[in-house]
Amino acid sequence: MQIVFPVIDLASVAPEIILTVFASLLLFSGVFLKENGRAVNPWLALVGVLAAGAYASCPAVPPPHTSFSGMYAADRFTQFFKLIFLLGTGLTILISARYTDDERINHGEYYALILFSTVGMMFMAAGSDMITIFMGLELLSISLYVLAGYTRMRAESNEAALKYFLLGGFAAGFLLYGMALIYGSTGHTGLAGIAKAVSHGNPNTTFLTIGALMLMVGLGFKVAAVPFHQWTPDVYQGSPIPVTAFMSAGPKAAVLAVMIRVFEQSVSFMNVDWLMWLSVLAVMTMTVGNIAALAQTDAKRMLAFSSISHAGYALVGLAAANRSGISAVMVYMLVYTFTNIAAFGILALVARRNEQRTRMQDFTGLAYTNPGLAAVMTVLVFSLAGIPPMGGFMAKFYVFMSAMESGQHLLVFAAVVNSAIGIFYYLRFTVYMYMRESDEQLPPLRASMGLLLAIVISLYGVFRLGIIPGDYLEMAGKALLSF
Amino acid sequence: MTMPILSTVTFIPLVGALAILFINGKNEQLIRIVTLATALVDFIVSLGLYTGFNDATADMQFVERIPWIPRFGAEYYLGVDGISLLMVLLTTFTCVVTYLSTWKAVEKNVKEFNIAMLLLQTAMIGVFCALDFVLFYVFWEMMLIPMYLLIGVWGGKRRIYATVKFFIYTMAGSVLMLLAILALYFQYHAKTGVYSFDILKYYGMGLSPVLQFWLFLCFFIAFAIKVPLWPFHTWLPDAHVEAPTAGSVILAGILLKMGTYGFLRFSLPLFPDAAVSAAWWISWVAIIGIIYGALVAMVQEDIKKLVAYSSVSHLGFVVLGTFAFTLHGIEGGVLQMINHGISTGALFLIVGMLYERRHTREITEYGGIARVMPKFAVVFMIVTLSSIGLPLTNGFVGEFMVLLGVFEANRVYAAFAATGVIFGAVYMLWMFQRVMFGEVTNEKNKTLLDMSVREFAYMTPLLVAIFVLGVYPNPVIKKMEATVKNLVVTMEKGKAAAKNESPAPLVAKIDPDGKRD
Repeated sequence: MQIVFPVIDLASVAPEIILTVFASLLLFSGVFLKENGRAVNPWLALVGVLAAGAYASCPAVPPPHTSFSGMYAADRFTQFFKLIFLLGTGLTILISARYTDDERINHGEYYALILFSTVGMMFMAAGSDMITIFMGLELLSISLYVLAGYTRMRAESNEAALKYFLLGGFAAGFLLYGMALIYGSTGHTGLAGIAKAVSHGNPNTTFLTIGALMLMVGLGFKVAAVPFHQWTPDVYQGSPIPVTAFMSAGPKAAVLAVMIRVFEQSVSFMNVDWLMWLSVLAVMTMTVGNIAALAQTDAKRMLAFSSISHAGYALVGLAAANRSGISAVMVYMLVYTFTNIAAFGILALVARRNEQRTRMQDFTGLAYTNPGLAAVMTVLVFSLAGIPPMGGFMAKFYVFMSAMESGQHLLVFAAVVNSAIGIFYYLRFTVYMYMRESDEQLPPLRASMGLLLAIVISLYGVFRLGIIPGDYLEMAGKALLSF
Repeated sequence: MTMPILSTVTFIPLVGALAILFINGKNEQLIRIVTLATALVDFIVSLGLYTGFNDATADMQFVERIPWIPRFGAEYYLGVDGISLLMVLLTTFTCVVTYLSTWKAVEKNVKEFNIAMLLLQTAMIGVFCALDFVLFYVFWEMMLIPMYLLIGVWGGKRRIYATVKFFIYTMAGSVLMLLAILALYFQYHAKTGVYSFDILKYYGMGLSPVLQFWLFLCFFIAFAIKVPLWPFHTWLPDAHVEAPTAGSVILAGILLKMGTYGFLRFSLPLFPDAAVSAAWWISWVAIIGIIYGALVAMVQEDIKKLVAYSSVSHLGFVVLGTFAFTLHGIEGGVLQMINHGISTGALFLIVGMLYERRHTREITEYGGIARVMPKFAVVFMIVTLSSIGLPLTNGFVGEFMVLLGVFEANRVYAAFAATGVIFGAVYMLWMFQRVMFGEVTNEKNKTLLDMSVREFAYMTPLLVAIFVLGVYPNPVIKKMEATVKNLVVTMEKGKAAAKNESPAPLVAKIDPDGKRD
């Protein structure tokens, strides 16, 4: 047997390499830096993200191609998602800086794990082969398991890590088994090969269908689609707030990227009505997420359910199964990343030390003690609710439009009704902040430098995408040319 | 290049709001002055619209058009015709009066209050000027947030309930409208191959009757909630009672007009056939609203609630006139929109004056106020008569034209609607009598101060408007004549079509083209 060595195409994986280098540097920081020198950790991580971002957004990136024997797709689609991930990671690091100091978890490992999981996400988005996808997913997941339990003195955090690990492992099993069945019936692990086998070859349809269903279950778990969402509320509530923020944005985008590649590109021609299943999944995810969020009194848990419902909206774009649907999902995740992480950052500030105060009541009277923060929070929740002129509106509008274009009127109707329900609980933030007065006397909140920066970036993104979204939409649209 | 006057009018308040952002919140007087100055400048600039408007044509004027989101085919597209011109003027005018009235009434969070007001103003003007559906929708939804905060932060005891109800009702209507907008967009693409959100291009698209019916219904519900038409009106009394005076004035004066404006801009010209075949039940709904609103107003204990229910009744007239599809009916409707803005706005200001003095709005708490506040009594009387529609006041002209227009279309409707006029006189005069006449029975009322100079300052423009429009409404009617005539011609075609074809069946599939890919 002759072994062909693939072309080593370092240029297209340069962002991943940069992040890995910085993550390794951060691992050393624990060894070489004294206690008081650790303040450097978040900024070191941030430099890594910026460097990777600078490279990833560099227009001189070579034209779309696959490298590493077709296992890695270096195209605009990957590039767009890489930028989403780096944005999410950067914002997470910014809101983590103060938090890790306060909770005494400012170890290099924390930031290293965040960077490693970002590398995992990048490989997922770039994965044009099931093996790459799985490797990326595992790198991401294992880093996240550890991060979920990072505040190890808090019981909830430990619970979150364990739950996430057990259920995540189970889901990974599904995923892997599904991949194995698909390989078994088509003889390929590469997505292009699978697509060819599905359309021209003579695959074993039964196993292919079962495999694809299992794949869907596994990915559905990772994106927290109902009915595979059961782990989400507890894990999101137990994890340290910045980690929750991180998990709610980037990893979901990564799984959606995989879903787009797998379901839209290669296994879409099978006898099972994929679109119907995707639609059902989308409607259930939106509805359950929204209705459960209505009943919450804890802000962190509410945002957890809200993030479930947002995955549902994104799935609507996927179920539209057309070009505009896919680029709508991309824009949606971009806006969501811009919005959600800063909202969690404000929550972390309001929650104070040890996350004592994450209930909705703890936002009471924020508009009178910290008018600026309250105003920002208002903008962010209205963006999440999808009200113009915030970015959340444009994203939802694009998603609904794409589903309408593919003639799925009922799906759009369900989505629209859901976004009306959603407004009710987002409004609760403003009710507490503006319309009630607190009788507690607490020391005033002072936002950290990192949080302020994150807020500025978020506000820019939210308004930029809400008012002049044109060029971002073009970018997302062009990303599909490689499909 | 000429000055983009519509953009200027729309965004001056936004600039003012941004300026206030940088003023220290403790400097309340400066904030108030900046707000008022902004509104004054905006009003003066908007007068330029009036003088520059060519009333011989029904075309859009002062058009500004640049690409906005090329991927959707959405444009930044502004323009006004005779109807929206008047609405823009009503907005800029009412805002000046309102800001002056809040000078003393609002003492908590003055900075935030003024910013919210100015943002609201930008959004409202934007709604009237937008000719692109996406742009329109953005402005339409943008109005919600400041209004929500106005009621929720500066409102009365049950403000949270009221404001959330207001938000949810309006939002429910808006999302339906969004669905309909998207459906129109893809219909237009299917017919022409072009992606565009240009509202004017959608006119006369020749949609099938069934599709027209469903889309019409979506738009109708959105606007009916906003008007509000019976039975969608229940949010209005709550919102009005809890809102601060300024919020009520804006709500009654301008926000309610969004609904009736929506009928004129969208429902009628976009779906003429469906509008014609739905006219009978909409007319009845409007008539029920007129009578119901008046009867409920009659039994209210709270002055503000009474005025709120009178709005339901008055706007019923506007809708009835609009759906008569006659020149007089529609012109009367538009005039009545303006009149209602002036009279009801003035009534809310008057209630606000009483409230600022006594901190109650219960009718029984008052009585004999005319003896202690004679000047106030005169002003109140004029406004009351204008609201009733006494000749020589603005209300008369509008109501008369509406009834005339409706009479031309259907005499039964006109007869029923006319009873509303009588009821209107009953509840307004009865309330006036109980509050103003008789002996001063309540000790607390004996020492009330009469109107101050500032209060005169903001009431005078309204009183002048009441008389000017009552005696010589021609300058207003002339501006909208061409536009309304054009609309009536469209509706005549709709009527002809409705006669030739069988009307849209009430039961139809929601997915008329049934395509799915």
